[in-house]
Amino acid sequence: MAIPLSYNFRNLRVRKATTVMTALGIALTVAVLLGILAMVAGLKSALQSSGNPLQMIVVRKNSASELVSQVAREAISAIRFKEGIQKFPDGEPMVSAEIVTVMNLPRKNDPEGANVTIRGLSRSGVKMRPEIRMLSGRWFEPGQREVAVGKSVAARFVSASLDHSLHFGRGDWKIVGIFDAGKTAFDSEIWGDLNQIATDFNRSEIMSSALVRAVDPIALQALKTSMADDQRLYLEGKSETEYYAAQTSTARPVEFLGMFVAVIMAIGSSFAAMNTMYAAVARRAREIGTLRILGFSRGSILLSFVFESLLLSLLGGILGIVLVLPMNGLESGIGNSVTFSETGFDFRITPAIIVVGLSFATVMGILGGLLPARTAARADILAALREL
Amino acid sequence: MNNNFIIETKSLTKEYKRDEFRIMALHQASIQIEKGEFLALMGPSGSGKSTLLHLIAAIDRPSSGEVTVLGQNLQALSDKEIARWRNEHVGFVFQTFNLIPVLTARENVELPLLLTHLSKKERIDHAETALKLVGLGDRMGHYPRQLSGGQEQRVAIARAIVTDPALILADEPTGDLDSQSANEVLTILSKLNKEQNKTVVMVTHDPHAAKFASKIRHLEKGELLPKGVLPQV
Repeated sequence: MAIPLSYNFRNLRVRKATTVMTALGIALTVAVLLGILAMVAGLKSALQSSGNPLQMIVVRKNSASELVSQVAREAISAIRFKEGIQKFPDGEPMVSAEIVTVMNLPRKNDPEGANVTIRGLSRSGVKMRPEIRMLSGRWFEPGQREVAVGKSVAARFVSASLDHSLHFGRGDWKIVGIFDAGKTAFDSEIWGDLNQIATDFNRSEIMSSALVRAVDPIALQALKTSMADDQRLYLEGKSETEYYAAQTSTARPVEFLGMFVAVIMAIGSSFAAMNTMYAAVARRAREIGTLRILGFSRGSILLSFVFESLLLSLLGGILGIVLVLPMNGLESGIGNSVTFSETGFDFRITPAIIVVGLSFATVMGILGGLLPARTAARADILAALREL
Repeated sequence: MNNNFIIETKSLTKEYKRDEFRIMALHQASIQIEKGEFLALMGPSGSGKSTLLHLIAAIDRPSSGEVTVLGQNLQALSDKEIARWRNEHVGFVFQTFNLIPVLTARENVELPLLLTHLSKKERIDHAETALKLVGLGDRMGHYPRQLSGGQEQRVAIARAIVTDPALILADEPTGDLDSQSANEVLTILSKLNKEQNKTVVMVTHDPHAAKFASKIRHLEKGELLPKGVLPQV
């Protein structure tokens, strides 16, 4: 049988200050890692849940995003007559010509501001996104210099609240509504009437993209193929969900940097745990000798000290989780390298992320405890008993 | 081997190397200890008495010679086998008590029982019985820091006897105690020897402590002196 666990629990309690200091070091490391993972999870959630799986975004071939795409209005007219496109009850095909551009808006906490996506679309485009609901106010009227803003824009940018005006294009645009896109990427956009925005940006004949809804997944695939094969149009269709999911690459540099910092910190924390455990082994040399004389094997001693290190690091892990929990649901934004605008997201501390944090702490504990535990297990009994 | 001998050593030698020096801690020590004996090993510091005790307890291995305890040739056992053998057959009492400070008196006494197949309840019963035997029935929940030196040593004795070993080895058990506590401890060891027929081997340099033993052997400069021979002053 192993050495009782109460031996380890009470030893950690006895040396409170050392335990707390080491655990705090580990807690900070875990907090940094979880902060990064929560950000990436929030961003992925915002992007991966955007779009309808039956819809595709049609852009000019080889365009990475709608922003850099140019699609002639007449090409969109040609698309409307393709087979397999779903229709509105009035018989109109579900095809929405859209213009996407960006403008700089000052943020509430940053006067220099950030780019925000402006989307010009018709009422058909709004209807094709039924999951988006109006939080307050109303949708823009055709032919009016009116816009509706996503709730993330309203929350984070100066003058982006209801009844205020934004200045872009050739003048001021009144905010008449704030919409909720269910924490998707659309929450970070400003929507206005297609023709009005086209006029302001001198793009009456050149759109950015077209949103097309197929009748079923097979028709969607057929439409994509048809679009790719049509050399005259020189367009390509991308599934709307895939299009937004691909933008999660935006988070990769931050994710890499965050993981790199967390790993470096973890190495430091492991050394701190190791230092603490080496001190514990040195201080308890006689206890180790006594336990050996009583009949406990080297393996029991090794296990006991590794377990103690594990306890220490798990305490740090739990502290780290507690530190980072207030971030859950916190709204933030990140520059999207695909759309050149800011995408808003909420930090998400999911159960999976908590498990990752605890596992990370466990690894630190095992790495930090193994060598000191080995020293304890290999100690010569007589030499250990002679220690003061 | 005579079946009455619980311990038998033959030409037991222990030599240490420290830097370029060789130190002879014990030289050609042959001793036979009968079952139920209370033997005091006496001698000045460095005479080899503790070394002999450690070799009998298999805490250390001899450089040469043989040591047989309870019919078991200790050199033939691996480290793991020795640990188990010691847990079953030997109770060890240290000069400095060596209790685990974060465990209560009962938990300290229960420690050796964790290596047996006893249930939790049986372990607690045994530990409490052992503590009552040494007169500490009312101190079971106390931590070592809450006990006097004499009480700590009595807990250590309870820990040594809780597995009901045939052999109790005590290394200067009264060395850190005042005379009253020392007498209490020695009385307990003597009772264990007389009433429970435990074989006790005690290392001491205190003539008063040695009086509690039934036999005394002296060591000097690593040599075990013949019976009845005292070291030269």
